[in-house]
Amino acid sequence: MKQMTLQLETLTCPSCLLKIEKGLKRLEGIDKDSVEVMFNSSRVKLSFDDSKLDSNEIQKTIENIGYDVLKTTLK
Amino acid sequence: MNTKIIYKHKNHLMLVSLILIVFAFVNNYVTHNKNISEILLLIASIVGLLPILFQAYSALKIKVISIDVLVVLAVLGAFIIKNYEESAIVTFLFLFGSFLEQKTLNHTKKAIKELTDLTPLEAAVLKDGLTVKIPIEEVLVGDLVVVKTGEKVPVDGLIVEGSGYLSEASLTGESIPVSKTLSDQVYASSILDDGHIVIKTTAVLEDTTFGKIIEMVVEAQDKKSRAWQFIDRFSTFYTPVVLIFGLLMGLLTKDLELGVTILVLGCPGALVIGIPVSNVAGIGFGAKHGILFKGSETISDLAKSDVFIFDKTGTLTKGFPEVVEMIAYDSNVDKIKNYYKSLEETQTHPLAKSILNYIGDVSTFEVKDLNVIKGQGIKGYINDKRILLGNQALMDDYQVELSSVLNDIKRFEEKGLSYVILAEEEKVLSVISIGDQLRDNINNDLKRLRQLGVKDTYILSGDNQGAVDKIKDSLNMTQGFGGMLPKDKKAFIDKLVLEGRKVTFIGDGINDAPSLASATIGISIKGGTDVAIETSDVVLMHHDLYHLATAKRLAGKILRNMWQNIIISLLVVIVLLYQVLYNSQMTMSIGMLVHELSILVVILNGMRLLKTNIKEK
Repeated sequence: MKQMTLQLETLTCPSCLLKIEKGLKRLEGIDKDSVEVMFNSSRVKLSFDDSKLDSNEIQKTIENIGYDVLKTTLK
Repeated sequence: MNTKIIYKHKNHLMLVSLILIVFAFVNNYVTHNKNISEILLLIASIVGLLPILFQAYSALKIKVISIDVLVVLAVLGAFIIKNYEESAIVTFLFLFGSFLEQKTLNHTKKAIKELTDLTPLEAAVLKDGLTVKIPIEEVLVGDLVVVKTGEKVPVDGLIVEGSGYLSEASLTGESIPVSKTLSDQVYASSILDDGHIVIKTTAVLEDTTFGKIIEMVVEAQDKKSRAWQFIDRFSTFYTPVVLIFGLLMGLLTKDLELGVTILVLGCPGALVIGIPVSNVAGIGFGAKHGILFKGSETISDLAKSDVFIFDKTGTLTKGFPEVVEMIAYDSNVDKIKNYYKSLEETQTHPLAKSILNYIGDVSTFEVKDLNVIKGQGIKGYINDKRILLGNQALMDDYQVELSSVLNDIKRFEEKGLSYVILAEEEKVLSVISIGDQLRDNINNDLKRLRQLGVKDTYILSGDNQGAVDKIKDSLNMTQGFGGMLPKDKKAFIDKLVLEGRKVTFIGDGINDAPSLASATIGISIKGGTDVAIETSDVVLMHHDLYHLATAKRLAGKILRNMWQNIIISLLVVIVLLYQVLYNSQMTMSIGMLVHELSILVVILNGMRLLKTNIKEK
């Protein structure tokens, strides 16, 4: 299990949160309960199984929904 | 990516749609040719709909019914009934609304951004005798970093070369620079006012004390209170319910427009955004003024807290000895001061330091045959006269006549103060009393707390009951308890918390850790130190209690602001739904206008927090 924090472009609509959250939860290998999309800081925090899922895949998912990822940190 | 291009030009599309709408209306007015206007409005609708359509599609792909989906449905509905004016205005208002929201939201986040922007970006690292500027992310623990006058310290570290004066205002709120030299600890974000130092890195970025402060503030913005969680849960249920309600109404009344209007109004935009906006603006404003809240629940608790419990030493008092009084039994006060300074200058004892601070800048005499008598004081010769400085035992040993000072000594002992006696040959010249004094203006700080609705203030201290009672009486506090061990303090707090009271505990954060953790809100007085950040729910960056009342007042304001926003957004939804059902004049565009306006109103209301008057009248 790895922890990932993604800094996104400033989120401005509340429904963005739901979109990003649901989009990420559909990915195989994500710990569903860990997904936290933060509106004010425009950050996403989550844990995932790195044997099942590549961290780039996570970033791409968010970008496909329509939000730029500025910075990622893996722990 | 097509999607990306569309998103990037969202604002341009909005502008085009606005121009088309204006043309359509002007044309309508000038030529009365309805057909051209209708076509212009149709194009405007399509242009405006494009970005919304993409957003709706990406939402639907992951099975989310977002507001974009509802707006698309509404616009398609308008197309079906050929009301292009409605569709054009609805799309434009929606885009314009989100444009304004983005601008104003960025404003509410500005205070926090200013704080995070203080993070140093690069460091001058010493490598093989050369200084190289590298990005801060590449600095490793153990690297030697060079800091010159006027520069910001980029990392936490120990000075291995040089010395200087450092301003640590960003951490402690203290504006007077502190002198630091070899093997002293320096902190990232402090500024070297004077000097040149080389430091050995002990922590970088998030691991530095400053990094932890930033991280705490950034995280705090999204820490949800119970009210916030409730509203969030409410809005996730609310949207599908409204969707079904809109569809039902549309089907039952066969009035498609009514159905889609309900859909648009049903999006609880202001409701969802209201609390976060108050929170981010309030937390940002506090951070800018050295008051850091760890989250929304803390704000709500502090606002409601009416029991404040204080540790004594270092919290209500200054925590270090200071001269209370100097009594001269000789008219030559200048000579007395010169004696004190000449003798104490040779000493390193903390009491000597406080006496020197008090005496200040006076000239000194040469002291001969200086002798330190352990546990008693010092003896030396100035101008061939024997000078003694120390306690009563020292004076007795040298047959100094003490009868004139006994009354003063007794008075000091009753107050729990320490004192030293100064004697020339067998004659007493002066007595100085020293003690840990109350913080300046503490009485006023407590009075401000009471004015903010704090009912009870307690002191819990390990000190004797007499000392505690004196402070309790002079500060008009509810009750004081002496002789308490850390576990007794914790038990006392636990009991009050169990009674359902919101308890704030203020301590030094070191031996008070259990109390800080047990209290509803723990506040360490240690300013921006690691200890304070770890143990406190509210970090006050200043080493004073003035900001305690200010923090409570600000918390109250933020809490009220949140509730205002909740009420505004609920009222808007209720009024709009009522209008849709009972007012035939109500159109989709008016609905959209009010919907977007309500979002703006809650953002603007949140922004009022940024203009809070932090200074008391």
